[in-house]
Amino acid sequence: MTILEDRPTNPAAGGHDRPIGHGRMQRKEDPRFVRGKGHYVDDIVLPGMLHGAILRAPVAHARLVSIDTTEALAHPKVLAVITGADLQALGLAWAPTLSMDVQAVLVTDKVRFQGQEVAFVVAEDRYAARDALELIQVEYDVLPPVVDARKAMDPGAPVIRDDLAGRTDNHIFDWEAGDKAETDAVFASADVVVSQEIVYPRVHPAPMETCGAVADFDPIDGRLTLYETTQAPHAHRTLFAMVSGIPEHKIRVVSPDIGGGFGNKVGIYPGYILAVVGSIVTGKPVKWVEDRSENLMSTSFARDYIMQGEIAATKDGKILALRTNVLADHGAFNATAQPTKYPAGFFHIFTGSYDLAAAHCTVTGVYTNKAPGGVAYACSFRVTEAVYLVERMVDILARKLDMDPAELRLKNFIKPEQFPYANKTGWEYDSGDYEPTMRLSMKMAGYDELRREQKEKRARGELMGIGISFFTETVGAGPRKDMDILGLGMADGAELRIHPTGKAVVRISVQSQGQGHETTFAQIVAEEIGIPPEDIDVVHGDTDQTPFGLGTYGSRSTPVSGAAVALVARKVREKARFIAAAMLETRPEDLEWEKGRWFVKGDPSVGKTIAEIAMGAHGTVALPEGIEGNLDAEVTYDPPNLTFPFGAYICVVDVDPGTGHVKVRRFIAVDDCGTRINPMIIEGQIHGGLTDGVGMALMEFIEFDAEGNCLGGSFMDYLIPTAMEVPDWETGFTVTPSPHHPIGAKGIGESATVGSPPAVVNAVVDALAPFGVVHMDMPCTPARVWEAMQGRTRPPV
Amino acid sequence: MQINLTINGTDVTREIEPRVLLVHFIRDDLRLTGTHWGCDTSNCGTCVVLMDGQPVKSCTVLAAMADGHAITTVEGLANGATLDPVQQGFMEEHGLQCGFCTPGMMLTARALLDHNPHPEPLEIREAISGQICRCTGYATIVRSIQWAAEHPMSAADTAEEEVRA
Repeated sequence: MTILEDRPTNPAAGGHDRPIGHGRMQRKEDPRFVRGKGHYVDDIVLPGMLHGAILRAPVAHARLVSIDTTEALAHPKVLAVITGADLQALGLAWAPTLSMDVQAVLVTDKVRFQGQEVAFVVAEDRYAARDALELIQVEYDVLPPVVDARKAMDPGAPVIRDDLAGRTDNHIFDWEAGDKAETDAVFASADVVVSQEIVYPRVHPAPMETCGAVADFDPIDGRLTLYETTQAPHAHRTLFAMVSGIPEHKIRVVSPDIGGGFGNKVGIYPGYILAVVGSIVTGKPVKWVEDRSENLMSTSFARDYIMQGEIAATKDGKILALRTNVLADHGAFNATAQPTKYPAGFFHIFTGSYDLAAAHCTVTGVYTNKAPGGVAYACSFRVTEAVYLVERMVDILARKLDMDPAELRLKNFIKPEQFPYANKTGWEYDSGDYEPTMRLSMKMAGYDELRREQKEKRARGELMGIGISFFTETVGAGPRKDMDILGLGMADGAELRIHPTGKAVVRISVQSQGQGHETTFAQIVAEEIGIPPEDIDVVHGDTDQTPFGLGTYGSRSTPVSGAAVALVARKVREKARFIAAAMLETRPEDLEWEKGRWFVKGDPSVGKTIAEIAMGAHGTVALPEGIEGNLDAEVTYDPPNLTFPFGAYICVVDVDPGTGHVKVRRFIAVDDCGTRINPMIIEGQIHGGLTDGVGMALMEFIEFDAEGNCLGGSFMDYLIPTAMEVPDWETGFTVTPSPHHPIGAKGIGESATVGSPPAVVNAVVDALAPFGVVHMDMPCTPARVWEAMQGRTRPPV
Repeated sequence: MQINLTINGTDVTREIEPRVLLVHFIRDDLRLTGTHWGCDTSNCGTCVVLMDGQPVKSCTVLAAMADGHAITTVEGLANGATLDPVQQGFMEEHGLQCGFCTPGMMLTARALLDHNPHPEPLEIREAISGQICRCTGYATIVRSIQWAAEHPMSAADTAEEEVRA
């Protein structure tokens, strides 16, 4: 198989003169991880530390009648049992969500989803804490649950959120984008209109490390230190200050090494708050670490969009318009993480990579008796759903028109000269050159040959499918004027200090969960200022140590924080120019920069390296007026726009006609994220995301029965691909820099998760074409594929 | 109850509850936190350690069952400052991202290479199929293990190991 990724060709690749974009610089994080010396939340042990465990509701919807904690409290190792009533007395029974709703920390009135938090035990060790859960007696008055989102708005449906004043139904919000009248007019006069209900089922990010926290409240100085699995430590600090009443300068949130986030670790879960309460109550540090079942059942799910898609086109394949109505299942509390003005995230990027005359979407959010969440699992704020919709609809249209799906896409791409491209729902795509990317993926795949092979196989009764997905992402939220999380503008800070000896530390506001920030942010600084990456430490995750910012999710680190780091390095470089001028007794404007050094124009032999300047800046050089000593700077970066990376994916599957089992035989992924900081890390990001896509398309599903029991609550049922279910990925790339980003880099982390599910499903549906299958919903498990082959496709509920 | 076992070449005697899982014994009692805990159904394999050279999921072994056995955890993989080729391979080939599955993956890889020094890619995939990784998509893990197979510990390293032992 072809790996077009550049491999090391010479020892200088990735050397100090070219720190970004070349070679395979090894990760600075790896030495500790391969020695088992990472430092994750559950590795933390503090003196006197206690362990918390959560009692969870066994049913989906029930009035809480009584809780008896007597026996649990009598357990010799138990120090505290906290109930909803206790929290109510402290004003902490409910916490604000990232969607301006509230979520119960512990049940006070009624249970609203299975697995909801009912009581919290604090004990001397984790086994005792679990033992004590068994000793709590709870009486429930079971109520009928709302499980199917389609029935949530039925007259007479049980009202889940009777805690909200005046609430008489399960409706959360309506939101729309695009021009309805314009779109309807285009549809009315189109040659061809195709409609399809497309369900993106509920899945879960399931990071290998679950969520957890160690809370350490010091009653003497009133200071809270909270070690947490959080992707957004600064935003958590602010929210904790608002919820707890502890002043913000007395709160230190530390996000240590995080064992994967994937959007699961953005929000604040009841467990974190309970650890804090437990620490305040007992006066000792309290650790809370959930197990896998708790993670799958109660923390942020992803997707759960029921989409009515419609696409309009001319007979010869010019796509004219798209419209869709979405029913969004948000579970019992609206805790969806997204910028305030965007209750459906960035779903309105659903016009995709195509130049349309009109587009319109509506999204209706409803409550159901399920865990909260929605935005997670590398979705870039609902872009997964948007891309899935458009890429499925385009394939369905291709079938209707009897056109090759690659040809149909090529015919309708936004052209390079149209960028920056204003789409019909309010986005301005920064840059793109789609056709070469598409052509490269087809060349790598041997597309025409694959189609010939497929034809031969079909003639023999073998089922082979080829699926294409061409996607446009929107990542790097975002401009402060439009985007905030609970009122916090989505800007990011960076601080850079050059020490006297020329070594550096850069402090960033985003938080890696494996994406390699400690390496790549050092590379950006190295590129800008000429200090080798190994001489630059990247500090993140500790709110006492780092500048304020919104954290890592939505592939926003490179677009926002990466920009901040490039700019702070340039600011330091500029300051260095003045100091160098003073040292060289010349004027700043007479100096010229080469990587790592200011020198006198016309006399390159006379100059000062950044290390010499750093020593001078900390020393006794007579500084020009207005220039302070030391060599450091800070910036806060407010991005002017998001970045719009894109990619062309081709998936080849073989379906067993006897069992319905789908085997992904090949997967070709060509991505374009503009300037590539570290090709090795980008490749790894893509591989991981492609695996997500195969998992979602074929295996993963958080399912519920009619009583609201969660059927995907463990790794026995919630299936994730192993090394046996995924192929050796074939990756390639093109480079179309973002014009507005300081180094032309776009985000990439979520592209593959966003782009790959439609490629897999398009391939499966293509394989099933002989059975007349036009669409089937994920997950394409053997049983569901078998049903589709029998003409009995069914939506997942 | 009392158990006696060898951890990374060191004899250990401890008083434990019979129900304590080996993973918790290793992490909480011995403070060897490289071994991780990622699920509650024995699927994920982040807790894999070697028991007498064989990979086991330490969440599915009672500490009491390790009595009298030799356990190797990720902390025992390197020979002092000299990394095991598997550790080096994971760094060379970017076989890890968040690092949470890495210790278990590497120990399984070590056991595989001890039994089969030149595994085919499919044999590697089968060997690690009891372990889930959410970050890498596995291809670079396969390459990492291939790298280790191609760079076995040199004779000098082995000699040094014997001297240290």
